[in-house]
Amino acid sequence: MTTPQNLKYTKSHEWVRTEADGTVTVGITFHAQEQLGDVVFVQNPQPGRKVKQGEECAVIESVKAAADIYAPVTGEVIAANHDVADHPERVNQDPYAAWMFRIRPGDPTELAGLLDAAAYQQLAESEKH
Amino acid sequence: MLIFERSRPGRRSAAQSPAARAATGEIPQRHLRTRPPRLPEVSELDVVRHYTGLSQKNYSIDTHFYPLGSCTMKYNPRACNAAALLPQFTDRHPAAPDDTGQGFLACVHELQEMLREVTGMAQVSLAPMAGAQGEFAGVAMIRAYHDSRGDTQRREILVPDAAHGTNPASAVMCGYSVREIATDADGNVELAALRAAVGPRTAGLMLTNPSTLGVFEHSILEIERIVHEAGGLLYYDGANLNAILGMVKPGDMGFDVIHINLHKTFSTPHGGGGPGAGPVGVNAKLAPFLPLPLVAGPDGEYRLLAEADRPLSIGRLGAHLGNGGVLLRAYVYMRMLGADGMRRVAEFSTLNANYLMVELQRAGFEVAFPRRRASHEFILTLRRLKEETGVAAMDVAKRLLDKGFHAPTAYFPLLVPECLLIEPTETESKQTLDAFVIAMKEILREARENPALVKSAPHETPVRRLDDVKAARELNLAWSGR
Repeated sequence: MTTPQNLKYTKSHEWVRTEADGTVTVGITFHAQEQLGDVVFVQNPQPGRKVKQGEECAVIESVKAAADIYAPVTGEVIAANHDVADHPERVNQDPYAAWMFRIRPGDPTELAGLLDAAAYQQLAESEKH
Repeated sequence: MLIFERSRPGRRSAAQSPAARAATGEIPQRHLRTRPPRLPEVSELDVVRHYTGLSQKNYSIDTHFYPLGSCTMKYNPRACNAAALLPQFTDRHPAAPDDTGQGFLACVHELQEMLREVTGMAQVSLAPMAGAQGEFAGVAMIRAYHDSRGDTQRREILVPDAAHGTNPASAVMCGYSVREIATDADGNVELAALRAAVGPRTAGLMLTNPSTLGVFEHSILEIERIVHEAGGLLYYDGANLNAILGMVKPGDMGFDVIHINLHKTFSTPHGGGGPGAGPVGVNAKLAPFLPLPLVAGPDGEYRLLAEADRPLSIGRLGAHLGNGGVLLRAYVYMRMLGADGMRRVAEFSTLNANYLMVELQRAGFEVAFPRRRASHEFILTLRRLKEETGVAAMDVAKRLLDKGFHAPTAYFPLLVPECLLIEPTETESKQTLDAFVIAMKEILREARENPALVKSAPHETPVRRLDDVKAARELNLAWSGR
């Protein structure tokens, strides 16, 4: 499954999962890791940082390129995944398990504006061709 | 094998020049070495064989076609070394007084003026010692200009998404935030996106023209108007100056500031990590902020201008005037070419790129911007080949090494999937270009018939496929001794 139905997506290739407590977990999509190639470095935001929707808040580096990861929603970073920073290859192995950070959203209405799986799949396809 | 591994106790090499013994009496005891340095103990012949052997394993412009896009790997004529190797230049101390270096200063002053002429700018400084340092100096001047007018809310630099990564990096180093501007389907800056982005926060736009996509910006004059009307300045990244040398001047396109890579356009040696040269040119508005030293002359005598002459300068980027030997090589190159020769550089680099593009297209490769004429470089996209065969751009690049060619730039610009950026330069013959096309055709056939062969290339180089993931994750570059 390269685009799970239960997740939301951004145009900048982050996936977003809403947790039971209302916080959101963020990672990069299968398509994104495929385009980047072997990931060699992940730099996550510090918990406690306030971010705005669309703001650069993490960096991911592969053998081909370095890319910014953008906050999909406005809010406060409440956790970062140290495991993925220590083992960047996990982003390639299982991008939907290798989450990068969690945000407590300041404005839950922003979530409704994100892409659903079908819309993201279409976007990813259009970039390939 | 490392040269340290050739070391045998007591083995010596004769000194190449008489040992100069410095008086150590005035150096504080704590700064004096107590143990000899850990140098390999090898004979002169060991040293010669070791480094000659390494050079034979390498690809270089002296040995191989080197179509590394965006890098302008042209031949460096041997004659350019003539002036730089004169003992009167090599033995001159860079801090020697100006009146004992009139010959050197006359050469670099002429270089400075020729660069001014060919770029159409008002003044040029030779101080920056690399392209990236030139970019830093250029953006620092943009900032100094706005600050000098009290226009301090301009804190944003616009950069097309096709730009070299050094552009946003230079902007951030100067304290700016970066805003990306999208590119349209034909590789031009998207004018609507640019119009939407400019405003009172715009410090400037950094633009490469022809762009990193290998095409000339159709609407450069409109771009110039949009940025200037918003109060921003226009920065010209000189990476691709080779394509327009002597044909169009960045100054005439309305650029306020430019950096020039002498090691690209003006044929000074690349590699070995330098030394480079990244002179900056500016229009009259920005002239007071140029980095020091500048070379003044020739009325009376040549001299280096300093802070007292240029109080508004952004300052110095190094202890002396750039890398003297590199400047002298570029000087001789420009003198040998003359104005006509510079035009021919642009004509033949463009002709070679377009010839190669059409031939590769005929051979079955997909060109990224088929509706555009190439500048001095062009982009192939191997996305279909990868889908059909699994063979990626990097695999083709590696297989080219087996065929005796250095690989083109791969995976840049990031906008184009599975891309190869190919820049043949003006110094290659039709025979070399044709041989490259044949090699590319062979690889295309191999990718379809035996993809595993291409995916595991190179097979005939001194080292096989390098583990670039391991190299990036486990940085270990220093010899630790045994």
